[in-house]
Amino acid sequence: MPAARREPATPTRTPTRRAAVIGGNRLPFAKVGGPYRDSSNLDMLTAALDGLVARFGLQGERIGEVAAGAVLKHSRDFNLTREAVLSSALASETPAYDLQQACATGLEAVVGLSNKIRLGQLDSAIAGGVDSASDAPVAVSDGLRRALLTFARARSSRHRLAALAGVRPADLAPSAPTTAEPRTGLSMGEHQALTTAQWGITRAAQDEIALLSHQRLAAAYDAGFFDDLVTPYRGLVRDQNLRADTSAEKLAALRPVFGTHLPTPATMTAGNSTPLSDGASTVLLGSEEWAHAHALPVLAYVVDAEVAAVDFVHGKDGLLMAPAFAVPRLLARHGLTLADLDFLEIHEAFASTVLTTLAAWEDTAFGRERLGLDAAFGTVDRNRLNVNGSSLAAGHPFAATGGRLVATTAKLLAARTAETGRPARALISVCAAGGLGVTAILEAA
Amino acid sequence: MTDTYLHLVNSGFTKKLAKQLGLPRPAPLRRHRAGDPLVDGPVLVIGLGGQDGASTPQPDADALAQLLAGTGDTPGWDLDIHRHVATTETVKAVVLVLSDVEHPDGLAAPVAALAAVLRRLAPGGRVVTISRTSTADDAPAVAAARQGVDGFLRSLAKELRGGATANGVVLAEGVDVLAPSALGALRFFLSTRSAFVDGQLLEIGSDAGTFPADWEVPLSGRVAVVTGAARGIGAAIARTLARDGATVVVVDVPAAGEALARIANEVRGTALQLDITAEDAGQRMLEHALGRHGHLDIVVHNAGITRDKLLANMSRDRWEAVLAVNIAAQLRINEALLTSGDFTDQPRIVSLASTSGIAGNRGQTNYAASKGGVIGMARATAPLLAAFGGTANAVAPGFIETEMTARIPAVTRQIARRLNSLQQGGLPEDVAEAVAFLASPAAGGVVGRVLRVCGQNLVGA
Repeated sequence: MPAARREPATPTRTPTRRAAVIGGNRLPFAKVGGPYRDSSNLDMLTAALDGLVARFGLQGERIGEVAAGAVLKHSRDFNLTREAVLSSALASETPAYDLQQACATGLEAVVGLSNKIRLGQLDSAIAGGVDSASDAPVAVSDGLRRALLTFARARSSRHRLAALAGVRPADLAPSAPTTAEPRTGLSMGEHQALTTAQWGITRAAQDEIALLSHQRLAAAYDAGFFDDLVTPYRGLVRDQNLRADTSAEKLAALRPVFGTHLPTPATMTAGNSTPLSDGASTVLLGSEEWAHAHALPVLAYVVDAEVAAVDFVHGKDGLLMAPAFAVPRLLARHGLTLADLDFLEIHEAFASTVLTTLAAWEDTAFGRERLGLDAAFGTVDRNRLNVNGSSLAAGHPFAATGGRLVATTAKLLAARTAETGRPARALISVCAAGGLGVTAILEAA
Repeated sequence: MTDTYLHLVNSGFTKKLAKQLGLPRPAPLRRHRAGDPLVDGPVLVIGLGGQDGASTPQPDADALAQLLAGTGDTPGWDLDIHRHVATTETVKAVVLVLSDVEHPDGLAAPVAALAAVLRRLAPGGRVVTISRTSTADDAPAVAAARQGVDGFLRSLAKELRGGATANGVVLAEGVDVLAPSALGALRFFLSTRSAFVDGQLLEIGSDAGTFPADWEVPLSGRVAVVTGAARGIGAAIARTLARDGATVVVVDVPAAGEALARIANEVRGTALQLDITAEDAGQRMLEHALGRHGHLDIVVHNAGITRDKLLANMSRDRWEAVLAVNIAAQLRINEALLTSGDFTDQPRIVSLASTSGIAGNRGQTNYAASKGGVIGMARATAPLLAAFGGTANAVAPGFIETEMTARIPAVTRQIARRLNSLQQGGLPEDVAEAVAFLASPAAGGVVGRVLRVCGQNLVGA
């Protein structure tokens, strides 16, 4: 439904009760094949949970529910989150479930659990996400898999032999996970290259986003911002991908890797695209009463969320453009504009993802024709955008990014409010494979 | 980190060999475990030299014996107290009360009574003297007798074998022998909590302090911050304070966060990743403790670093880094605590000094300056806390088996281990026990002192 038709509601409409963000914990994100190469999703999610437990003194505590997920997941990890809870210092009576919504997994976990808290179904919850590109599941081909299953069911030697006889040499090649879209066969980078070209985003503009991301993340680390958000793991203390000393020149020297066979100049490099990463994150949520009873701080509230999807299959919109639709609908529901946001956290899947989203919002035709508005949706104040860096610098273990964003944003909001005495407000936006987008509004306590 | 030599000389064939060769044979020390009895055997209380003559009973000894045995109206410690022992009986501990001795001649009778039972002191036995501080105001003979106890005790400690120790409780003028800290110190020295404390005399400065409701969990209801808690001695302190009932906030630099989280979860406390040299470190500790746990009662300054070099080769960076972490940070944090108005319920500050800060150590001018500084700081900070029933004290570890000492070259390490009366290195928990004692409510009368946990290291008196 077009955003413009909605009646504005009051900005801080409060349901029966509010869902508080109490804090978070994540591992420093590592590069693929880096220090976490021998760590499984279960190891990392457990470590992230244990760090959260240590920070907030939750040893032996029965949390209402833990929801987390991984995008690249072994079939044996069907109950990954529950297993992580059992391995952690939380009470074994803590229920858990797995969920998965590609790169939006972590944010969707926060949204779902917050809603349960708002409805009174839960008093406390932990949302999380984990991904290992290093320890990714490698499957056997469909041909070999069928043969093996037939073999296992066979009752006689003859049938067993027959089952194996059907295997062809080509079936023996393992099938590793890729970032290719099942419906188009194009990788996420190639999809974004099309969108980048469509919106005419320049190389320089992308490199500028990447440079800022590194500089801001490094500055935040130096200021101690992550002291109570990150717990080191396996000797890694800061995000491995972070290059505090990178420069516009270094970024400009990188060779384009996506969109190289498009008619337009290729602009997307390893520097302005997120790397494959390993890591995990968690966010502690609760009702105000629960937080108060446990003498825990309330940093922010999860106010509302909106999801969207685009038809990228037929090329109507770019694969990662769903948030461009979700955000206007979300803000309209609360009578808000971009100017009402103190912080915007737009996940940097690629530098150009952020830029194409901003470009669409500034475009009058997009505003009128696609969003159903009278004009362009609006312009984002870059000083409020990803102020402590984002995925280009931190890295992006798919399902772990949502938790990173929510905890970081909640802390930013609390600090801003303490400074100004006025409740600050933030938007979080995450694009995801499958043309999905999940967005949420957080407000300071 | 394990002392293989200690195991070898205490087991099997190598034990016999070591005996025949006359090699030093350090005894395995018993450490306190929750639920252990205070003393598992007969305790002899010697108190001779009352006012009516050298062989008459001494009133302090009578009062002590009564309390230790639990006779009379007041609930006691239920120890198996003897005033005389049959010549064949083994003794687990001897309390030698010398508080009324007014002339060196008066030492002869009680010391002779002790000498008579020394051969029957059980392995891991304890000798604790109770005496009074020698001051310039004393009559010369009184001062001589009191100071004489000091030399006597230190020599006796060097003679004891089998893991037995000798330590002294020294009462300042006017402090009652049954004062909370006098009894607290006596209890500490009698127990296995003081396994690696030997040849030490601890002065009780006042009657301040309170008895815990339960000696098993003396820190019950108290909130403690321990810096440098991710590993080694700091981790042991966190565990010991938690065992004694405290809620513990473990602090370490963000880079040590993984180990810190593990300790926090083990002791069911909270982890605070914080660089103690940050300007606002004290405020952040307070904020965390008050916000999460309601109050802050105990701060253990354990975090410390070494940057060893001979002074001629010492860069200014190495000097400044050590002083910044080991002493300047503590001063700044204490200042924040003292001015906050939130550190006022019998607060306790316990700082980690080092025998290097007392005796000096080649290559450690910076470290020794910082640790000497800690001792001075504790002495000058204690009076500032006195109004709240608070104390500041220091613990000076000697050779302790940690990751740090494991890096000492093997031969040097073997020698360093043997250079004390117990002929072995101490364990992190030995230091932690001393910290826990000084942090306890009963230690309120121990003010601005240094308690060494060094097995009576041969260097540094």
